[in-house]
Amino acid sequence: MEPILELRGITKRFPGVLANDHIDLKLYKGEILALLGENGAGKTTLMNILYGLYSQDEGEIFVKGNSINIQSPTDAIHAGIGMVHQHFMLIPVFDVTENVMLGNEYTKPGGFLDKLKAASHVRAISDQYNLNIDPNAIIEDLPIGLQQRVEIIKILFHDAEILIMDEPSAVLTPQEVEELFKIMHSLIDQGKSIIFITHKLGEVMECTDRIMVIRGGKVVGESTPEEANPETLATMMVGRPVELKVEKELSKPGDTVLQVENLTVVNKNKKIEIDDISFDVRAGEILGIAGVQGNGQTELVRCLTGLIKAELGTINILGVNSTNFDPRKITELGVAHIPEDRQKDGLVLPIPVEDNLVLNTYYKEPFAKGIVMQPDVITNNANELIDDFDIRTPNSTVSVSGLSGGNQQKVIVAREFSRPIKLLIASQPTRGLDVGSIEYIHRRIIEKRDEGCAILLVSTELDEVMQLADRIAVMYRGKILAIVDAEIATKEELGLLMAGISTQISGEKRKPRKVREIVT
Amino acid sequence: MENTSKVTKKIFKKVEKAKSRQRIIGIIMFAIGMLIYFVLSRNTSPDLETLFVMTPGGSDVTTPDITFNSLLITNILAILCVLAGIFQYIKGFGKFTNIVLVLVGIMLTISFLTWGASGGSINVGGMLRIMIVRSVPIVLGALSGILCERAGVVNIAIEGMMITGALVGAILGSLFGLWIGALSAIIAGGLIAVIHAILSIKYKVDQIISGTIINIFTIGITSYLVTKILQEREWQYLNESGIFLPFSIPVLSKIPFIGPILFDHKIFVYAMYILVIVLTVALFRTKWGLRLRAVGEHPKAADTLGINVFKIRYVAVILSGMLAGFAGSYFSLGSAGYFNQSMTAGRGFIGLAAMIFGNWTPVGALGSGLLFGFAETLADNLQLLNFPIPSEILLMVPYILTMVVLAGVVGRSRGPAAAGIPYEKESL
Repeated sequence: MEPILELRGITKRFPGVLANDHIDLKLYKGEILALLGENGAGKTTLMNILYGLYSQDEGEIFVKGNSINIQSPTDAIHAGIGMVHQHFMLIPVFDVTENVMLGNEYTKPGGFLDKLKAASHVRAISDQYNLNIDPNAIIEDLPIGLQQRVEIIKILFHDAEILIMDEPSAVLTPQEVEELFKIMHSLIDQGKSIIFITHKLGEVMECTDRIMVIRGGKVVGESTPEEANPETLATMMVGRPVELKVEKELSKPGDTVLQVENLTVVNKNKKIEIDDISFDVRAGEILGIAGVQGNGQTELVRCLTGLIKAELGTINILGVNSTNFDPRKITELGVAHIPEDRQKDGLVLPIPVEDNLVLNTYYKEPFAKGIVMQPDVITNNANELIDDFDIRTPNSTVSVSGLSGGNQQKVIVAREFSRPIKLLIASQPTRGLDVGSIEYIHRRIIEKRDEGCAILLVSTELDEVMQLADRIAVMYRGKILAIVDAEIATKEELGLLMAGISTQISGEKRKPRKVREIVT
Repeated sequence: MENTSKVTKKIFKKVEKAKSRQRIIGIIMFAIGMLIYFVLSRNTSPDLETLFVMTPGGSDVTTPDITFNSLLITNILAILCVLAGIFQYIKGFGKFTNIVLVLVGIMLTISFLTWGASGGSINVGGMLRIMIVRSVPIVLGALSGILCERAGVVNIAIEGMMITGALVGAILGSLFGLWIGALSAIIAGGLIAVIHAILSIKYKVDQIISGTIINIFTIGITSYLVTKILQEREWQYLNESGIFLPFSIPVLSKIPFIGPILFDHKIFVYAMYILVIVLTVALFRTKWGLRLRAVGEHPKAADTLGINVFKIRYVAVILSGMLAGFAGSYFSLGSAGYFNQSMTAGRGFIGLAAMIFGNWTPVGALGSGLLFGFAETLADNLQLLNFPIPSEILLMVPYILTMVVLAGVVGRSRGPAAAGIPYEKESL
């Protein structure tokens, strides 16, 4: 059978990097092809070439056997290729119809928009694939899962045959992911073909027909879910055997280190971000906070670390009421913070690695004497940490912006772990990192726990929380719906909680109050 | 659980605060009512009458003048405002809130005029007519800003484009006639905009800085040309363009009261009406407008759909400059008949304030431009009528209102999300 899409020898060089190295790919009609690889392996670059956002240095693209030249997204759209981007390409203040028809507008004579006709087309697509989208809804009012469906409708509206989905599950709850897989299957049942980009092994095994693994810009293997297993795929992805399971012993919790009572945070627009939550974390245990992104986790971490004010409630760290302390006071209590956005909140990108390594201690002995900095001490400290934490950098004076994501994260971890700490607040500590770095950071976190540090781990990756945490709290719309023991928690139960559905199984049952409805 | 219920109560208080906009507006209306009563009514003697002249001077379409008892009217208006305030506080006007707020503002203005002219007369028709004229450069400036910012480019250089348009219009108008003058003002504005476009779109210079240097450059070069050349006797013929003559629109100008106010003007006023309508339709009803707004909100999304972000931004910035150039030609060709280096007097910036006040829509810009124009008119009349208030205070009112709107106390103004951010294609 002739492939509907074929890439031959695609090569793309960026300054200093060979992002794609002679990649060959075949996609057949009616199949889901998984493109598996770590961050930075070149998956997204390849798809951006296919979608016309980049142009390849070498290689050819064939659609239905004809060689085509894709210079811009318009060319790709004409060739029947559509893309669901990792970060949605939707305009928040436009309605569904406006977003969908943008670039391919229905017009009456004279360039006037024909919104009615477009809206009925949107409704027809929505009905055909059971997407359940109201053409007149404003995007910013829709939940993420539905926004993604709008993205899919947008592609179908442009009559695409080939759909590229770039990490579509990253922003969804487990239930929404299930829904997405159903939609993907109904799409291929109706003759569409899908390239599904991911780094999640479980999803690859669950919903694809064929798997292609990319590493370092090269195709390193092909397989099918029947032949492969997660371990072999992970080995292919990373290039060496990896431990997918984190080895850890049962926790031996000590005294309470962090105690949060009735914490409420209200944002600038008077919207409740954190709604009356209480929990504690004890020495030597990891409390994991699970939840879909945007359910108050960010605000929780920012409030605990003194970056935003609490409206009500108390935060107690080591018996000190530290509610609304400023960040430096909290740091000096022995609290370490690995922020969610390492480039924005964790590092000062243009300054050297060595200075980034003392960002929260620079004013103290031995790094400063009075108001005078001690550059030699700072450099020595940096060199020790670079060795200890295996930070791959040419030297300690290059700016941290030149390091890879994994190494940037190691700089933060090194800085935070190199002083005596009692409490670690880690938010998305492995986001965007490769499997190797993830393994390393997980091991370090477990080590800290075993040394008797209390750890609050916030992650939107349910697998990560389940692997590391001793107890798991699920946040939904600013509330903690339940705190469950990690040993007995199941993915299904947690997934339901993440979607706001309390189950009887969990110890503490609370009805989720619909905060946003009251506010608006 | 007692603790929790306390917390819940407090949260509800917060939530109520979130909805308190309605009450704040109610209080404002109430306060305006009280202001009318205590400041204006109390200072009006009961036997005085006020005469409102409803026909602008020189117009042949006459409307009967209105005479009434000053105290009675201010009292009635005060009561109406207080009642509106109480209703707003308790129940709220819902989606009619803004309309009622405008009505209350109008009632305050009427009471103010009644009080100020008690025992005498004031030409209301004439004031409204001048309000329209005064608002022209402000509204055109605001439209220029809307076009540019809706496409994601902040245009702070409107003032500079206006002054360029005014000068070029005056010179070429003196040489080749008024129409050529106006046309060349439009082109000159567009050319200045090309600089802004290249700096801010191609070279990704900070748009505020680009706009600022254009302002400084154009203001500098125009005053240089005026002082060094145009003021020399032998070159003075270059600065004697004269002005467009007003003409009345048949039929419409015969409508009593509004006819002479709205439809007996120079070309600039009619152009303003047409441009407000054309831009509204173009931005919100056409393919071009949809794409332009998309580029201003989320250029990357537009790019992934095959829309040429740079092209749309270039076109928008240049059209914006052409509009600003046209607005500039109003000063020399529509008002003074010659060029003077201080004639734009910050109207470009005021236009930007009107753009924000009007929430980045052409109709809103018209409304806020009229408001700002009225404030200017009123300030002029204060001096004539010997009102005991410095006119400068009155001139500040529109800008205080703009700040209030920006702060989100009464309504909220939200601009295009990507305005001011240069678009980088390779950063995908």
